Amino acid sequence: MSLEGQLVLALLEGMVSGLILALTALGLSLVFGVMRIVNVAHGEFFMLGAVTAWFVSSATGSFFLALVAAPLVVGGIALLADRFVLRPIHYTPEATIVATIGLLYIIQQLVLSIYGPEARAVVAPLAFTIQFPWFGYSGYKLVVGVAAAILLVAAWLLVTRTTLGLYMRATQQDRETAQAFGVPVERIYAAAFALGAALAAIAGVLIVPVQQAHYLMGLDALLLSFMVVIIGGLGSLKGTIAAALLIGIIDGVVSVFFSPTLARIIASLFVALVLVVRSGGLFGEQIA
Amino acid sequence: MNGTRGRPALLLHLMILVALLGLQFVLPPFHHGMTARIMVLATYAIGYNILLGYTGLMSLGHAMLFGTGMYATGLAVFYLEFGAAGALLVGIVASILHSAVIGLVTLRTTGVAFLIVTMMFAQVFYLSLLYFNRVTGGDQGFILTGHLQPLHLGGLQFAFSDPAVKYNVALATFAVCLLLSLWFVRSPAGRVLVAIRDNEGRTRMLGYNTFKYKLLALVVSGGISGAAGSAYTLLFSYVGATFASILYSIYPLLWTLLGGAGTTIGPLVGTSLMTYLVDTASEWTRSYLIVVGLTLVILIMKLPTGIMGGVRARWWKWLP
Amino acid sequence: MAAVSPLLQTTGLQKAFGGLQAVRSVDFRLDRGEIRAIIGPNGAGKTTFVSMISGRISPTSGTVRFGGRDITRVPAYDRVALGIVYTFQIISIFRNLTVFENVALAAQRRLTTDLASALSMSRRAVAERVNTALVDVGLRDAQDQHAGSLPHGHQRLLEVAMALALEPQVLILDEPTQGLSPDEIVGLVALIRSISRNATILLIEHNMQVVLELSRRITVMDQGSIIAEGTPHEIEANPDVQRVYLGR
Repeated sequence: MSLEGQLVLALLEGMVSGLILALTALGLSLVFGVMRIVNVAHGEFFMLGAVTAWFVSSATGSFFLALVAAPLVVGGIALLADRFVLRPIHYTPEATIVATIGLLYIIQQLVLSIYGPEARAVVAPLAFTIQFPWFGYSGYKLVVGVAAAILLVAAWLLVTRTTLGLYMRATQQDRETAQAFGVPVERIYAAAFALGAALAAIAGVLIVPVQQAHYLMGLDALLLSFMVVIIGGLGSLKGTIAAALLIGIIDGVVSVFFSPTLARIIASLFVALVLVVRSGGLFGEQIA
Repeated sequence: MNGTRGRPALLLHLMILVALLGLQFVLPPFHHGMTARIMVLATYAIGYNILLGYTGLMSLGHAMLFGTGMYATGLAVFYLEFGAAGALLVGIVASILHSAVIGLVTLRTTGVAFLIVTMMFAQVFYLSLLYFNRVTGGDQGFILTGHLQPLHLGGLQFAFSDPAVKYNVALATFAVCLLLSLWFVRSPAGRVLVAIRDNEGRTRMLGYNTFKYKLLALVVSGGISGAAGSAYTLLFSYVGATFASILYSIYPLLWTLLGGAGTTIGPLVGTSLMTYLVDTASEWTRSYLIVVGLTLVILIMKLPTGIMGGVRARWWKWLP
Repeated sequence: MAAVSPLLQTTGLQKAFGGLQAVRSVDFRLDRGEIRAIIGPNGAGKTTFVSMISGRISPTSGTVRFGGRDITRVPAYDRVALGIVYTFQIISIFRNLTVFENVALAAQRRLTTDLASALSMSRRAVAERVNTALVDVGLRDAQDQHAGSLPHGHQRLLEVAMALALEPQVLILDEPTQGLSPDEIVGLVALIRSISRNATILLIEHNMQVVLELSRRITVMDQGSIIAEGTPHEIEANPDVQRVYLGR
């Protein structure tokens, strides 16, 4: 394939994975922003979405059902985790990190024992090819990109136009004041956590016909989400989307022309240096 | 802190070391080998504890320091035909230097940011090991048999394949690092680290350059972790990228928390328990890492000070 | 006018937080042996000003001179070594350490001169200094108590003990009587007076009685600037001060 063909392919792949990444990372960003905690198990919600999709579509043959069921199931699991693990430890930052690392292993290993170590495919609900001058591109991937974009808009509307979104933004701004004004902060936390997990789960469902479901797929999603959130800024919806697209495209392009491992090395290094240079806290506070 | 309190603590530590020395004569072969392995890994945990338990800095990147010791030593033996002592020295020096560089870059951050930054740098290290697989053996790693000459001490030869040699080299490494950590945390510098953990702003306003002290802590922590990595390679003749993966950054966190962060004996306790737990679980199920998850969650919810932390609070207040 | 150069001097010292001018171009001098009080309404910039002297905050512009030397670029922890010691407005101690250990950290700092001493130091030397400081403030009997469990007034005394163990040349006290009972205040005033024999005192206070009792000169700040300076008598009579502060 000619260079321009390769470039277009890389860009397309980058855009699609960037949009999916945006959806996943948005969940993480929401949890960071509203709850001020780092959820190290976030990638596992993504993986759970993919695995649940496999179970549902294998059992019922309906991908659409999987698309609806997965976020509900995963959101439910997240609610349980919030209620029985995170709330008792009062969402203290370092304790939460340790607890969510624990949750990561619990979820991951449970999936391993129930689902097994194999990677399994889910058949795409739509199969058609769109012809480009240099190659035929999977129509489903484009649909995924569009779906992700629609969901991102929906998420934006939820955060900016609904009461729930208002409560979340208020809690993010100033928890004490929100509480004083009658915002049910604990329930908002639960909602944010569940919503974050659901977003990751939907992303997992959308991508599973392309990528196959595997019990370890959460780790990569987690690392990429971290990168997006750090570069894009915590709790910032626009920043998350912009950073995700940027990372998706760069990752896509570098992976096509160089090795994917190298792409990942450079990305990790870049993110580490961004965090160091910002040298304030993760939430932007200055250290005395 | 009065001087007389130092005596029972030192005595306790020496007793533990003597017990470990004697244990090798009564342990059946399987547990003999396990104990050797545990002592090396506990050394790693001791290193990690200096940073987490005493300075209050949680890192998720220590596998890169353990890995630096491992790979520096392994590569020195494999490619340069270094002897054990020289290779160990190379490993320690390499990890001290690596820690210093990482410290200079990352210690301007703290808390969650520090956690993520160290994790990212460790990722870079791990991925680089995979990328340069022609030298490092990538995922599979490489073995040292055939390259590693037996240890020559006082005219006698000690082959590393001999279980007794493994055990005693492991014990020696553990003993040195345990006593080093005991001395360090009770030194004036060690007390400043505890102060930093308690209230860094106040420590600075008492006139301490807290950045320099944190750097010292990281260098000591990384040096000990790297020494453990070096010892591991020499003892088990194997170098592999798994030991630089995130799991091996999470293990010392787990071992330290379980045993009791901020206690000198905690790392040994935590490492012993978890290693046996993981080993036992691995015989029952392929999903044995679930015990890692369950232990972390239960620990942080019910016993955040860990086992020796609880012991110290309730009975032995003098425990360092 | 003074033939002797001031111990502490600021020239054009200024601090702006974004658009907010917290301290506007302050020229200030403190002579050795003084007990100087800085008073003013809330938000006058007193703590910000004093934080720039101690090094906790860096100025937007201007200089700080100590003993004739420009220390504007010197970080806070090194200023302590020079002899500028600051106690926090909101009590900041090591809550999980004992009273003894708290003061020991301060005493230890004085004895740390290089890496070797940072790794090994005479416990007796440290203990002697801690003892002296604790006896001076009257906390000797509480030395094994956890600092976090001390009553508020004693925590304040602990802070002073830590400051004493650092052998200050200038001791900056930021609202030390806040939260103290009348008896405790009397004790603290006596303590400050005895400290002033060896150290220069800079005191931020709202308690006017304490200010008038202790200080030989008073500096009045309002909205980031010094609006008056003089003896207690002069200040009481000053119409600007009356309008802005005392008359409220």
